[in-house]
Amino acid sequence: MERIPVLRMGSLLLITIQVDMHDKLALQLQDDVTTRIAEWGSKGVLIDISSLEIVDSFIGRMLANIAAMSRVLGAETVVVGMQPAVAITLVELGMSLPGVRTALSVEAGMELLYGAGAGFRTGSEDDRPEA
Amino acid sequence: MSDLAEIISRNQDQIRADWIRTMGKSVQRPDLISKTELDEQCETLLQAIVAGAKGGDSANIRNAGWSQAREFLEGISASRARQGFSPIEVATFVLSLKQPLFAAIRQDLARGQDKLFEAIWTATELLDGLALVTTEAYIATREELILRQQQELLELSTPVVKLWDGVLALPIIGTLDSARTQVVMENLLQTVVSTNSRFAIIDITGVPTVDTLVAQHLLKTITAARLMGAECIVSGVRPQIAQTIVHLGINLEDVMTRANLADAFALALQMSGRTVVRKASLAAESKGILAGPMNKQES
Repeated sequence: MERIPVLRMGSLLLITIQVDMHDKLALQLQDDVTTRIAEWGSKGVLIDISSLEIVDSFIGRMLANIAAMSRVLGAETVVVGMQPAVAITLVELGMSLPGVRTALSVEAGMELLYGAGAGFRTGSEDDRPEA
Repeated sequence: MSDLAEIISRNQDQIRADWIRTMGKSVQRPDLISKTELDEQCETLLQAIVAGAKGGDSANIRNAGWSQAREFLEGISASRARQGFSPIEVATFVLSLKQPLFAAIRQDLARGQDKLFEAIWTATELLDGLALVTTEAYIATREELILRQQQELLELSTPVVKLWDGVLALPIIGTLDSARTQVVMENLLQTVVSTNSRFAIIDITGVPTVDTLVAQHLLKTITAARLMGAECIVSGVRPQIAQTIVHLGINLEDVMTRANLADAFALALQMSGRTVVRKASLAAESKGILAGPMNKQES
């Protein structure tokens, strides 16, 4: 069964959605994300949907759900790289994803999460020699 | 019916020569169309009329038999509309055929009064119908032109300009209706992606009134931009508009608003961690200029 990979980047999780989402895949992803956050103690979740061309209300709700679940587990969610057509569709569907933070690119999303608080910094950064 | 076709085909050269003469200077427009071209058009139309009349029903030019004549007329009317002919000139092109055609009919059917009247009535009906076809085609072409210009105006009136690295401005001039919102939104979102901008300032100084519908369209645009990861700042809110918004109970609390573009720009710069500082050396320089003569006075 195909699966959307959940990658670990320090204290963040990176999820890149590149295939058409269907119900089973979405539920599997919710399951995976929550398990990984608990397992690895991640503080942030980056969901890259830049290659997603089509969305429906189901995917919109899934994104909102993942964000809400992660927040419960103590992790911030940032959805990055939404295409203009996708954004317009979601607005027309009446889904403004109120609890979800957004960024233009993965880089901007990481900046947003790292900038959000010192709690995100990993131990290795503290070990750096002072400039 | 085929009487008419016969008469025309028999006297075709005579009719055409008369026709072009009757058309006169005002309709010929030698500045817009050459004589040979006009001659050719007359010939083609006459032949098409003969073909149509031969086919039978000359009273009803909507019939299939007249499709050749109709298509030809529509074609030349459209091209004339684009060239800048007036509607009168376009319609007179066909109507001026009446006199030479009637002359030819009279010449041919001088003996039988009833037949003559009938032939003339058929010809009148036919030519009036063809003239109406030209007018319709003329108007259709103009309408198409207006529609296209409207479309162009729509796109021209919603430019997205880059103010700074990562800061866009979108001055909206005119009323925001749903068709326009669509264009504005698409333009803005595309530019946000292509320039990788985090801030977009929507300036509504040029929007005459803001009602609930306009506000809803604005909110849609702002939400779509936010979904993509860009923050929107609304600027150019006039005092009257601020009052209207509050009176109408429109919720703009989640939206950053400023009174003018400069304030919004300053806010965007501040939020992206930039500050604008007056150059110190410039201040010192001006101080130096001021101090110069004063020093001299003292000494």
